[in-house]
Amino acid sequence: MQIYLPIAEVSVNAFLLLGLGGLVGILSGMFGVGGGFLMTPLLFFIGIPPAVAVATEANQIVASSFSGVLAHLKRKTVDLRMGTVLLVGGLIGAALGVVLFNYLKSQGQVDLLVKLCYVVFLGIIGALMFVESLNAIRRSKRTGSAPKRRKHNWVHSLPFKMKFRVSGLYISIIPPVLVGICVGVLAAIMGVGGGFIMVPAMIYLLGMPTKVVVGTSLFQIIFVTGFTTLLHATTNYTVDMALAVLLLVGGVVGAQIGTRIGTRLKAEQLRILLAIMVLAVCGKLAFDLLVQPAELYSIGETGHS
Amino acid sequence: MIRFVFAILFFALPATAQDVVAGLSQKRVAITASFDGSEILIFGAVKREAPIDDDQVEVIITVAGPSEPVTVRRKSRRLGIWINTSAVEVDAAPSFYSIATTGPLNEILTHTSDFRHKISIPSAIRSVGAPQSISDASRFTDALIRIRKANSLYQLNESTVEIADQTLFQTNIALPANLVEGSYETRIFLTRNGKVISTYTTAIDVQKVGLERWIYNLAHERPLIYGFLSLFIAISAGWLASAAFRAFRG
Repeated sequence: MQIYLPIAEVSVNAFLLLGLGGLVGILSGMFGVGGGFLMTPLLFFIGIPPAVAVATEANQIVASSFSGVLAHLKRKTVDLRMGTVLLVGGLIGAALGVVLFNYLKSQGQVDLLVKLCYVVFLGIIGALMFVESLNAIRRSKRTGSAPKRRKHNWVHSLPFKMKFRVSGLYISIIPPVLVGICVGVLAAIMGVGGGFIMVPAMIYLLGMPTKVVVGTSLFQIIFVTGFTTLLHATTNYTVDMALAVLLLVGGVVGAQIGTRIGTRLKAEQLRILLAIMVLAVCGKLAFDLLVQPAELYSIGETGHS
Repeated sequence: MIRFVFAILFFALPATAQDVVAGLSQKRVAITASFDGSEILIFGAVKREAPIDDDQVEVIITVAGPSEPVTVRRKSRRLGIWINTSAVEVDAAPSFYSIATTGPLNEILTHTSDFRHKISIPSAIRSVGAPQSISDASRFTDALIRIRKANSLYQLNESTVEIADQTLFQTNIALPANLVEGSYETRIFLTRNGKVISTYTTAIDVQKVGLERWIYNLAHERPLIYGFLSLFIAISAGWLASAAFRAFRG
């Protein structure tokens, strides 16, 4: 069944979209990741204009993180204070990101920017995950030592300190604000929640306890991607409601299935699978940038729309 | 030039006194949520006062979407990757352009007539100037035509107009799924010996309707409300889907 998307102005198969949503949903349920970083490139591949893909994906992330945040709030595993500090940074970052996005759009370079960001980040994350899970498999065979974590680093010697009771931290607000800005920029440019950057940064850089990390990052992600959605909607008119709903319905159902599959599989193997997939998507995008395209010319819009 | 045009008018039109009348199977195309392209039947007749003479009458039918300025960009290799490096702005290019004829276009239409009526695809595109730095601006317009032809947005269908007894003609124009809204000017030309002897112009109205229309308008006229609404709808859809799934599971 073909469906005409009102904002993207293309006609695509509705079942393909539901299927994509479901597939990415299963993966995100299995691996506990947001899925934005897989969904957005997949949308490029099926011919959705990158600007629409990025803006719509931001919209979808808000919705798919919403029930997660509610669950975490109920369990009181959200550091609201830290979340707010991250959020302030995130809003600044998202605004900067949209300004950069619109500038490059007018220069005809936005596709390149989005794709380059994806190649770089997917490459790094995929490689790190791959190595880490290989090590984990080796470790589980030898039953060796647990990973060490530095307790004190340069983060603790900065000014403007603040007490974060839920996380049990007394640190400067500069690093969380900076982390927030980075995530905000990524959310605006790449159409991702940024959990894959924020979670490691919270654990290793800020030293937050693992149990509040996911809830706090989801709390920040909801507001930042919500803000990004509004910015894209008001400046670019690129949020496609119909596309978002189709992806979401597939995604939510997929996530429920994925969570059940995930509990039955071994974590290390799962992560290797995810790493390989991330690297494959990265490789495809990089390949397209490196190889001479069949058509050197492209048609861009001019002026208002 | 003007004198030349007058000369054509004077000699071509009144002497023959042939007129074209035409109709369309539909004058409105509604883009609904399930829009997947459409086909329009265009039919008509040549109206004569004198009996049929020896020279063949030919029919050319064009359907043109709204014209808009477009930017055509070209990639070249920089630091190993392919980047958009040069751009040419084309002043006006129809978003859709389809030509159907009774015979090969270059045989039934002279260059002068084409130039005057802007019938062939290249002459339907208006490109005034390219930046100084670009010497091969024509390649950009060629690329525009090539890309849009590949997407069925520009079509040249020669010999697809059936004409019976030099009088009745008909053809089908296929509108693809990736249409934009607007008034699609439909022109029918009658030619003889390469010269246009009569024209008929009408329009097909292509519009999003219903939900598509509403979403599009809201997004462009009330973007902030639209943004909040998208968030709200997405959140409730997500919540509903998960609630439904849980209920379904037990």
